[in-house]
Amino acid sequence: MQSTVNNNENWTPRIVAFFCNWCTYTASDLAGVSRLRYAPSTRVIRVMCSGRIDPEFIMESFAKGADGVLIGGCHPGDCHYSEGNYKCLRRFTLMQKYAEQMGIEKDRLRLEWISASEGKKLQEVVNDMTDHIRKLGPSKIKEVVETIVK
Amino acid sequence: MSKQKEDIRIGFYICHCGHNIGSVVDVPGVAEYVSKLPNVVVSKDYKYMCSDPGQEMIQKDIKEHKLNRIVVASCSPLLHESTFRGATAKAGLNQFFMQMVNIRENTSWVHEDKEQATIKAKDLARAAVHRVAFHKALEKKVVPVNPDVLIVGGGIAGISASLTLANAGKKVYLIERDATIGGYMAKFDKTFPTLDCAACILTPKMSSVLKHPNITLWTWSEVSNVDGFVGNYKVTVTKKPRYIKEELCVGCLACIDACIYKQGKFYDEFNFGLAKRKPVYIPFPQATPQVVVVDDKTCLHFKTGKCQQSCAKACDRNAFDFDQKPENVEINVGSIILTTGFEPHNPVKSPNYGYGKYPNVFTSLEVERLVNASGPTEGHVLLRDGVTKPKSIGIIHCVGSRDEKTNKWCSRVCCMYSLKLAHLLKEHTDADVYNFYIDMRTPGKGYEEFYDKLLNEGVQFIRGRVSEVTDWATTDSEKGKLVIRAEDTLIGIVRRIPVDMVVLSVGLEPAKDAQEVRKMFSISCSSEGFFLERHPKLAPVSTFTDGVFIAGACQGPKDIPDSVAQAGAAAAEVLALIDAGHVELEPNTASIVEEKCCGCQVCINMCPYTAISFNVEKGKSFINEALCKGCGTCVAACGSNAIFQNLFDDEEILSEIDGLLVE
Repeated sequence: MQSTVNNNENWTPRIVAFFCNWCTYTASDLAGVSRLRYAPSTRVIRVMCSGRIDPEFIMESFAKGADGVLIGGCHPGDCHYSEGNYKCLRRFTLMQKYAEQMGIEKDRLRLEWISASEGKKLQEVVNDMTDHIRKLGPSKIKEVVETIVK
Repeated sequence: MSKQKEDIRIGFYICHCGHNIGSVVDVPGVAEYVSKLPNVVVSKDYKYMCSDPGQEMIQKDIKEHKLNRIVVASCSPLLHESTFRGATAKAGLNQFFMQMVNIRENTSWVHEDKEQATIKAKDLARAAVHRVAFHKALEKKVVPVNPDVLIVGGGIAGISASLTLANAGKKVYLIERDATIGGYMAKFDKTFPTLDCAACILTPKMSSVLKHPNITLWTWSEVSNVDGFVGNYKVTVTKKPRYIKEELCVGCLACIDACIYKQGKFYDEFNFGLAKRKPVYIPFPQATPQVVVVDDKTCLHFKTGKCQQSCAKACDRNAFDFDQKPENVEINVGSIILTTGFEPHNPVKSPNYGYGKYPNVFTSLEVERLVNASGPTEGHVLLRDGVTKPKSIGIIHCVGSRDEKTNKWCSRVCCMYSLKLAHLLKEHTDADVYNFYIDMRTPGKGYEEFYDKLLNEGVQFIRGRVSEVTDWATTDSEKGKLVIRAEDTLIGIVRRIPVDMVVLSVGLEPAKDAQEVRKMFSISCSSEGFFLERHPKLAPVSTFTDGVFIAGACQGPKDIPDSVAQAGAAAAEVLALIDAGHVELEPNTASIVEEKCCGCQVCINMCPYTAISFNVEKGKSFINEALCKGCGTCVAACGSNAIFQNLFDDEEILSEIDGLLVE
């Protein structure tokens, strides 16, 4: 794990990635089977549906030191549970606003629809998000939270 | 946030997977690191955890060290979760006390930086160690399997699967959207490499399907809705109006003779327009069932309402019913096999080959009909004018295959069917036949030998992709001909070959409505649009939706032997499901803690399965576990934290987050 960071170029951010079991988690397996190389920044937490992602999970991730949170779900109309991804989208829009008000830069929270066949897209999204967060540098929310708690 | 229960005893097992994980992740280093985490009693690495010795190691440790939680860091849980759950259960521990960490697909296969990959593996392992402490003992829900089977698509794959299952005594519903079963195979004259007559091997099977007491065959029908889950699907089939009472029609075809149109006038789908049909028709003489169909788009009665209905009058069984409406039938089945086939590439999308511009450019499927003894020309190979025999023929391979502009994939069957057509065209016309190919791909039993045979039959082979087909003559000998321009890569020159007839060996594409079908059955497609199998090697006919299987060209381009083999495999998977008699469902359902529920009813609107209802008397909401499919959307929506979900509960996921981020 990274402790001190002098140069963002060589720094690997830590992104908590919530992937739905049916589409994005499968895409991530496909990226692996296809040996698509991408930045070693994500830490995947598998949930059955993106609709399961509680706003609390997102805030907890930031509070505990995540530099970014990535949510991956099925494309609109493709949800294994009909419409869980729409519920996720609603919460996401709200969470984005909330996160900004909390001082978390917009680029640190991202939602992407990645289907089971889109291993390539997964690779591109992770790399792109990693680049964006690299520019922002490490998240300071954890420190802020810890100061407040103290 | 590690759970402070003094009795948590975790065994951690990390797999090298040969070199798959071990060459990128410092496996012993991770094992060493995890051994120092709280609650971890045993931490070991092994070359192949999924092997017998690996599993036995876990079982032995559970007993010896009184372990009550297991974490396995290896491949994706989608591949081996059930393996390690099984190993855990064998040692007498509840199988849900096991958690997997994906350090192969998610880590070693996608990262090159060994240091970072090892850091990631440690983070993920720590998260699982935190999470597993919160796991609860659960039981899988056991539900009975309805032994009836739905098969969608009556091509050779659907026919084969139906017969296998029906012969095993299972009740099969075979649904076909066309008026007859038989699929593309019914259009072929001969099959490669044996050159046996396609009809002779297919039509007996078609009639067996029709006669079989265990098969309910509905042609001219489509599946319009699918509900339920493995073992218990509720399927709505829409029977399109045929305007014929199927049970009365005996296939005498008197109505076709009596039709007001004395000659066929409309595009004949079965012959790709090479012949014309009447509005009342039968697709081909051996169609199964032998029941005519009225096409309401071309029938004069439907267009003007002024037809004297000579067809209906000619029917001495009063089988006509012009008032038929689409009829929905609901059936209950336990498993489903999709054999919905492919779509041939439309060569209009490859305009340089002149299809649609020059009449004597044909598709391979049109030529299949031309060489067919029961085809529109009774097996005479004639140019589009219907009289001229071609003296020279060029067959262009890979039209809509291995092409960046259209489809990148190899369609697998085209080399072989092009060779077959070359042989048949030579036999029928004695013309000069040229094959233009990129690579000759003939893997398969007897296939390379067939190519060898063709080489000795005087068929010409030119290795190179054709750039264009043109009627622009540069010499007298090219006048009135179609000129095929191609680089002959074996001698390094561009050649112009004038021919009378061009045959385009069109590739195989996903069916046009594959995306809609995929959504209806909750399965996935791979990037090119064919249905996605659960695992390319270990579960080639299963899908990610339990109880839904795929076979034949809907899964990818495939020839007849491979389609039949897959149909057999799918039938075997279904039989395994039926004979087990029951399925175990993941217990990831949600439930509401009554005391915590504030009765706000926010959850009720979240549920797509109407599994949540409100008890007015108590002022609380309740989840019907039988209807819950375990998405967890309501859990995330509950403001009172009153809903928990098995396997994905808040404390499990929150501890996983903490474990990931806090060392």
